[in-house]
Amino acid sequence: MSGRVLVGVKRVIDYAVKIRVKPDNSGIVTDGVKHSMNPFCEIAIEEAVKLKEKKLIKEVVAVSCGPQQSQETIRTALAMGADRGIHVEVTGKDYEALGPLQVSKIMAALAKKEDAQLIILGKQAIDDDCNQTGQMTAALLDWPQGTFASEVALEGDKVKVVREIDGGLETIKINTPAVVTADLRLNTPRYATLPNIMKAKKKKIANMKPADLGVDLTSRLEVLRVDEPPQRQAGVKVETVDDLVAKLREAGTI
Amino acid sequence: MERFADEADVVIVGAGPAGLSAAIRLKQLANEQEKELRVCLVEKASQIGAHTLSGACLEPTALNELIPDWKERGAPLNTPVTEDVFGILTEKHRIPVPILPGLPMVNHGNYIVRLGNFVRWLGEQAEELGVELYPGYAASEVLFHEDGSVKGIATNDVGIAKDGSPKDVFERGMELHAKVTLFGEGCHGHLAKQLYKQFNLRENCEPQTYAIGLKELWTIDEKKWRPGRVEHSVGWPLNRHTYGGSFLYHLNEGEPLVALGFVVGLDYTNPYLSPFREFQRWKHHPSVAPTLEGGHRIAYGARALNEGGIQSIPKLTFPGGLLIGCSPGLMNVPKIKGTHTAMKSGMLAAEAIFPKVIAESLDSETAGLHVTEYSDNLKNSWVWKELYAVRNIRPSFHNYFGLYGGMVYTGVFYWIFRGKEPWTLKHCGLDANQLKPAKDCTPIEYPKPDGKISFDLLSSVALSGTNHEGDQPPHLTLKDDSIPVNRNLAIYDGPEQRFCPAGVYEYVPMETGDGMRLQINAQNCVHCKTCDIKDPSQNINWVVPEGGGGPAYNGM
Repeated sequence: MSGRVLVGVKRVIDYAVKIRVKPDNSGIVTDGVKHSMNPFCEIAIEEAVKLKEKKLIKEVVAVSCGPQQSQETIRTALAMGADRGIHVEVTGKDYEALGPLQVSKIMAALAKKEDAQLIILGKQAIDDDCNQTGQMTAALLDWPQGTFASEVALEGDKVKVVREIDGGLETIKINTPAVVTADLRLNTPRYATLPNIMKAKKKKIANMKPADLGVDLTSRLEVLRVDEPPQRQAGVKVETVDDLVAKLREAGTI
Repeated sequence: MERFADEADVVIVGAGPAGLSAAIRLKQLANEQEKELRVCLVEKASQIGAHTLSGACLEPTALNELIPDWKERGAPLNTPVTEDVFGILTEKHRIPVPILPGLPMVNHGNYIVRLGNFVRWLGEQAEELGVELYPGYAASEVLFHEDGSVKGIATNDVGIAKDGSPKDVFERGMELHAKVTLFGEGCHGHLAKQLYKQFNLRENCEPQTYAIGLKELWTIDEKKWRPGRVEHSVGWPLNRHTYGGSFLYHLNEGEPLVALGFVVGLDYTNPYLSPFREFQRWKHHPSVAPTLEGGHRIAYGARALNEGGIQSIPKLTFPGGLLIGCSPGLMNVPKIKGTHTAMKSGMLAAEAIFPKVIAESLDSETAGLHVTEYSDNLKNSWVWKELYAVRNIRPSFHNYFGLYGGMVYTGVFYWIFRGKEPWTLKHCGLDANQLKPAKDCTPIEYPKPDGKISFDLLSSVALSGTNHEGDQPPHLTLKDDSIPVNRNLAIYDGPEQRFCPAGVYEYVPMETGDGMRLQINAQNCVHCKTCDIKDPSQNINWVVPEGGGGPAYNGM
């Protein structure tokens, strides 16, 4: 086994920032807005680095698809302990239309190119909440998948994954190579310290385009319109149960 | 646990206009003379410009000197000032006041800018020149050599829980050593506070006086948009004894955007005054509300600013370091501009320290270089001339007629004599000492926000994008835990509940039922520094939280 782990890291708008819809409703405002690494991607990197520290794998490669600024996200991953980075450059309209299907194709192509043993991704991105890239990547590669992982253990050429599911926790064992997606309780990501950020400047980030990997970026989805959620209307306080019933009748719900 | 330490030639704290101008100038000199120079800049904001907030009308004098081809390089100076008006507001009317040429508030030749975007552009210029920029890392400690000179700074330890114990992700901060360290933390810097004490820098100057500036960005109805228009006012809703006023600038960057805000001098005396609510109610004035009707608020923020002028500038240099920008306080108060003087101070600092840091042998009595030439050069520059000329305008407001006395003084002495009068008026002492006890003052009846033009505090704070890692010790520290209830609440009715523009301070009833306690919502903090300045007991000490925390201003 190559001992190489690919980790996808996505640059998203920081979770604490108030989102603003563009005046023409074509999308949201991103220019100058504070971005950071998707929190689930931070957890994915942390898990990969932990595996390397336990000497269970040999190399962690951080991958990000996006414009020039995605390199900052890769730099943070390198500061957290990734060994090298791959920046797949996607800009302009292609970037606006970039979604899980295209990213999965890119990850699959890279997995083959880099002879990856494991792909760890965040379970979903906090901007689109798709929760699809991990699953699609596994399908394209015909690899097993352990999604919503709250625990990951490498055992020889197999991976034991404890999954967070609606009913509780499910433990599965899958063969490698495999795709794992990180859930919230998998670990607590470490800080990217300043000395590590400085060292990360010396680590390599390879640049490439999706075409170099033979990936077609055409999207099968078209965004028609983006709107803010409707303003929450004020409620009405009622004094008695009779009032409540009367109001519900008025509203036509009973 | 030992801290990792690294060496640079120059370390700069703060990536604002002063810090970045110093860094750029250093690298320009290094490249001209083909010398190697390691310049490292640490900045507590997660990205350059995220903690920058200003009106702002930029006077391009310093920029023209620093980067003469700024236009070709795409500096975001897109809105030349085309119209400039000034008025005195009463509750229902506006009395226009002509801006005669020669008065400090003339804006001809200036640009309305979004300072955060300008600072971000300066950051890009700095990086191109080879400056090492480290946003997201807060300098929390000044380091000293054995001989007492400044050795550099250390960033804060991270991963400490609220109760002070180390978490699993605990990491020690890092030490950055330098031959000389520049402190450009902006108004009321927390490291500068320590340096004043350490080196007695304030023994021959007046205490600094301040104001708080609150600002919003609005997209407005295109029909109301007049790009290049600058509006200022004084008067309502403040009374004649409370210094302050408003600004409203129409930007010209594609969409109909206005930057507007309100400034209140922190020497106000009534503890019931709320600068935030004064700002919100000013927007309803008949001369302001029509511009905002049909518009949409997209950003909010606040920051303290200096008002002391030349009388309050401390000693600028000390062994191993020096102060630049709004930290010592170079703002021209009547012009309400400090960016050009901040930039020039950064440039002069760079020019003074450059020959010393590249010198073959360290010609210095102390291990950290003491560059007194910087102070001399600043005093011989246009910065000093400008600040000297306007030195009496702000203090002239401390008279029986308040605002009107000040305006008369400005009209007579500044317009005619250009500051050449032989006397220098004094300020009134510390802003914190100006509050009168609550029992001697009348509570102010503020109108409820209407949710269209005026808003409540918490929805405003949400628009600043501020956040901090929740599980860390609160960075608003109290020297004595009993003072807030026993003194601030008892005598002044808890003024921190009103002067904090982010809702950090709340007096809430104790769970046990008897008495009140001060609740500090540190996560809301927008790093404006007003509490450290205005606390009548001077009990609140603002220290820097984990790097990356704080507001996420976008072009403010």
